[in-house]
Amino acid sequence: MENIAALSNEQITRDLLPQKFGRRGMIWTGSLIVLCLVGAYAYYRQLKYGLVVTNMRDYVSWGIYISNFVFFVAISLVGSLITAIFRLANVKWATPLTRIAEIIAVSAIVFASLIIIVDMGRPERFMNLFIHGRIQSPIMWDVIVIGTYFFISCLLLYFPLLPDLKILISVKEKTGKALNKLYRFQGSFWKGTKAQFRISDKAINILCIIIIPVAFCIHTVTSWLFATTYRPGWDSTNFGAYFISGAFLVGAGGVVVAMYVFRKAYHLDKYITPKHFEKMGRIVVLLALLYLYFNINEYLVPAFKMKKPEEAHLAQLFTGEYALLFWFAIMIGMIIPIIMLVFTKGRRPLPVFIAGVMVVIGAWFKRYLIVTPTLLHPFLPMQNVPESYHHYFPSWEEWAIAIGSLSGALLIITLFARIYPIIPIHETITEQHEEVEKK
Amino acid sequence: MSCNCGGNNCDKNSRRDFLLTSLLATAALAGCSDKKNPFTPEGEVIPSGEKVKLLSVDGEIIEMDKAFLKPVPDLPQLSNSEERKGIAGKKFVMVIDLARCKNLGKCREACNHAHQVHPGQNWIKVLGMEDSDHTAPYWQPTTCMHCDEPPCVKVCPVDATFKRQDGIVLIDSDRCIGCRFCMAACPYSTRVFNWEEPILIKEVADDQEVVGHHYSCETSTPQKKGTVGKCDFCPDMARKGELPHCVSACPNGVFFFGDMNEDSVTNGAETFQFSQLIKDKAGYRLMEDLGTKPRVYYLPPVNRSFPYESGLENEKQEDKKAN
Repeated sequence: MENIAALSNEQITRDLLPQKFGRRGMIWTGSLIVLCLVGAYAYYRQLKYGLVVTNMRDYVSWGIYISNFVFFVAISLVGSLITAIFRLANVKWATPLTRIAEIIAVSAIVFASLIIIVDMGRPERFMNLFIHGRIQSPIMWDVIVIGTYFFISCLLLYFPLLPDLKILISVKEKTGKALNKLYRFQGSFWKGTKAQFRISDKAINILCIIIIPVAFCIHTVTSWLFATTYRPGWDSTNFGAYFISGAFLVGAGGVVVAMYVFRKAYHLDKYITPKHFEKMGRIVVLLALLYLYFNINEYLVPAFKMKKPEEAHLAQLFTGEYALLFWFAIMIGMIIPIIMLVFTKGRRPLPVFIAGVMVVIGAWFKRYLIVTPTLLHPFLPMQNVPESYHHYFPSWEEWAIAIGSLSGALLIITLFARIYPIIPIHETITEQHEEVEKK
Repeated sequence: MSCNCGGNNCDKNSRRDFLLTSLLATAALAGCSDKKNPFTPEGEVIPSGEKVKLLSVDGEIIEMDKAFLKPVPDLPQLSNSEERKGIAGKKFVMVIDLARCKNLGKCREACNHAHQVHPGQNWIKVLGMEDSDHTAPYWQPTTCMHCDEPPCVKVCPVDATFKRQDGIVLIDSDRCIGCRFCMAACPYSTRVFNWEEPILIKEVADDQEVVGHHYSCETSTPQKKGTVGKCDFCPDMARKGELPHCVSACPNGVFFFGDMNEDSVTNGAETFQFSQLIKDKAGYRLMEDLGTKPRVYYLPPVNRSFPYESGLENEKQEDKKAN
């Protein structure tokens, strides 16, 4: 952070304080709210008429709700990567990115939980999971680890926020009365004493250590929802690692996109620098290579043997009905970003941002391809069912709810950045001081 | 217990049925409190002088006037926990003889009717199978396999689908949360989902025996929106000492139902020793390699009663109906 060495504390604070929405911010937030409302209306229809408003039927009994759920769980893993793994590995340059990563994690995990309730035929019986819960079901494991991950992520968002809340409270005239009340409620006990910092640092360290196994659990268990069944395309011992590597990739892609947007929207050029994009570009390319490796494992080995149940499934992906989508997801989700990012020129902010967008879009469709085509290839032939049971394409309600949930996650991130500094002020100042002292 | 009553009931039912019914009736009596003593007549009763011997709650043989007895319209209602336990001493098993099936679909019809299955969906599917290009095609009626290692039960997060001591896998639609994990887990694709508010077709709605009772896991009716359903081996029929609907509906005697402990299966007209039948006809189970241990056995389609082609017209009708 050489270029902020010259800045004063006041300047940094002024730069990083949450800013009111401009015209573009208003349009953005307004559109997200509208999309959420459309999704809510679609869900109201689903509650009224039942899951019949979706195009899921007895064979394709899981559709984009579940693939969207997997996407959310995947992207939420980034919180543990940037915050915990980088912190424990003493990667200092990632400090400005921690809060971005953590809020992505929290909002994604919130919507992962919501979308799984949306998928339930009887959401009003949700409490049965606790009243009649049976521990041998992978769904119960998911409930447990996702709950745990949510709480740890919230704490990891909250503890590093405390010193910043103190700063926010001190600049009352700039933030307004209502927000000041909120800051006081959340952080007035924080005086910034040495003892408090010691406790906070210790707590954050402990959380960083425990969040890593929990993060691995949430996505491994999510992969087991599929891998514990017999179905071709899901029945794979590779699934846990395959999902984890894909999750870190989409999470890193998400952070890159968010970095770029926040940098532009809030004029944070001094704090999120081309150096950050260069380093994140390296991480994305590494993770994309890793994910590609697991993809080759996942598809090449069964394709080599071509067991009968696998054959129809693989043929449909490679050359059949889903071929276009499959190769699209592979290309823009992995191959093109890898080609772009291995070159130094490709790791400038804009290309990294574009690669990040491609990774995220590719990842969303990849999840769809993991869930749906498999269900169209049961062991016994699909007969004695209405014609509509032989295909699946999401209904408008499903699209509306899926898009609404994605908008909802973005809305949480947007509102969070409106209320709190998206780049940690206190940590930035501390590190600037360290830099100055070194010199 | 001796049968002194000489009433109509005894004439109609077989001895075995009567024994089962009376046993259950005794069990129900044992559970009764003083408040609802079935021996207390509702109105004025004039003793007839004809005595009947009964087993009392304490296990003593008692005698009472026949006039005080009132006929029980049906078996006593079972509690949910009773339904979850299943029928003691039974291990139900089904044998499906592929050599006799010509895809008439009577099994499916009777099953859908009795279980109020949503129009378009089927609990029993009669699949036109052809294992490879040069092997003979055959019709395969497919029910729930009632696996001894049921993958669906393993994954259910709320114990809404469960395995009973009599071997039957059932669904409790009052508990099911509709996550459909069981549907993904079942390799036989036997489970269906109530995607919308259940619709009763006219014939079912008119049938007083089928509609109009409260929900029970054993009858699986009435169907409930947002929950999973599947073939239940008709345990309500077994309790009455009767055969499942598909078995009695099939005019060709394809389905055999019975008890492994008794080692006998019957299609209503013929009764076989189960172990001998499987041995003689080389019975097998579906997808043995998955380790699910089904309770449904198939007899291979050899020495067939009908050529495969004779079932094709029925197939067309089914397709028309489906579309």
